[in-house]
Amino acid sequence: MASSRLVAGSAVADAEFSRDISLGTTIIAVQFAGGVVLGADSRTSSGSYVANRTQDKITPLLDHVYLCRSGSASDTQAIAGYVQYYLAQLQAERGGPVRVETAAMMAMQMAYGNKNALQAGLIVAGFDADGGSVYAIPLGGTLLRVPFAIGGSGSAYITGWCDKNWRGDMSRDEALDFVRNALRHAMARDSSSGGCVRTVVIDAAGASREFIPGPKLQPTYDELPAPA
Amino acid sequence: MSGIGTGYDLSATTYSPDGKVFQTDYAQKAVDNSSTALGIKCKDGIVLAVEKLVVSKLLVERSSRRIHNVDRHAGICVAGLLPDGRMVVNRAAEEASNYKSFYGEPIPGRVLCERLASYMHLFNLYWSMRPYGTAGLLATYDEDGPALYLVEPSGVAHKYHGTAVGKARQAVKNELEKMKLGQLTCREAVVEAAKILHKVHEEDGKPFEIEMSWICDDSGRVHQRVPAEVLAEAEAAAKAAMEESDMED
Repeated sequence: MASSRLVAGSAVADAEFSRDISLGTTIIAVQFAGGVVLGADSRTSSGSYVANRTQDKITPLLDHVYLCRSGSASDTQAIAGYVQYYLAQLQAERGGPVRVETAAMMAMQMAYGNKNALQAGLIVAGFDADGGSVYAIPLGGTLLRVPFAIGGSGSAYITGWCDKNWRGDMSRDEALDFVRNALRHAMARDSSSGGCVRTVVIDAAGASREFIPGPKLQPTYDELPAPA
Repeated sequence: MSGIGTGYDLSATTYSPDGKVFQTDYAQKAVDNSSTALGIKCKDGIVLAVEKLVVSKLLVERSSRRIHNVDRHAGICVAGLLPDGRMVVNRAAEEASNYKSFYGEPIPGRVLCERLASYMHLFNLYWSMRPYGTAGLLATYDEDGPALYLVEPSGVAHKYHGTAVGKARQAVKNELEKMKLGQLTCREAVVEAAKILHKVHEEDGKPFEIEMSWICDDSGRVHQRVPAEVLAEAEAAAKAAMEESDMED
């Protein structure tokens, strides 16, 4: 990955600006009593160049299951596309809702089956008859059921913060705050995470998205507040 | 069936003038001539039972199986041409296993039934193939509860409260319609099934065995053979009931 190809005659001829487009990212998902919260920053980079500052890294797999993507933007988009397709097929065949575990299993099948060709770290989370659940699918394609998961380059900066502040008995709003604060801290430290904060809450009522523009984020230590 | 000699029955890709595919009808006939098999849906599960004619005294008792496991939560009783039946059962096991490894959960009964029906229907479509001369009673227990299906050679499949295939199917169905299937437990249904099979077999006097399986709460929602002692008890009760009704006559 990240081969430094020179794009002849292109405006971005410098190797540093023409690397593979990757979601150098912070993603997170947490389970709470009545559902799950997923969150992600919005930066997409190509080397040190920010290719997109408002990217949506939280992709729907089904009405009640969403996927956080990290790693190669193209690889994870392709995976999401296949999983959406297979799940739609399965849902039609079964004639009923598909469980989150099944959706996670499908994502794992894609990630593991093509592990040598892919650069993808995924978090699948959703709400079904058994409540909310979070599944982490890191680089090699392992499938892990976890109470919360963090991923992407930015997650390294917040492991300790998350371990300290995570609780198993959070309410919806507490979980949402946890996600936003975790992202805020990761985005402050990680150069390839940044931009805005996107969240999706999935519970019995369905999925609801929220968006916080970068300037509206509470500054962390050493950061300057956005001008009013 | 007026197809004989007319040439309309040589392939499954030729309709007769009145719109029938004779090969499909012949396959169904093979099932209709089979020894009788029945399935009962109870409130706590499914019972499958089949009468097996003992064609030779040299055969080992209870050896040639007609009821097969497909997965932990599914089983099939076949009627008709038994080698064909085995092909269908193998396919069912393959579908169940593939589904489990791909989706990580057991195949729902309805999906298994649909896939089997599509598989059997496939053999009605090409001149180079003949339809399977077999029908399968499919018993499943999934998150929606127990279910009984019958898949026929044409590819038709229906979900039943109780049904029968083979020679004495009509007599068995008459008996099933008299029963209150929604209130029966599998333990009771085992006795009823034994009674019915003994009753419909009464006239011809040929030796036969009964093979029975269930998938119910008692069996841990696992498809398995009815334990030998339970089956023996049921058969004893069936024979006793027959003698009793003989006395009344």
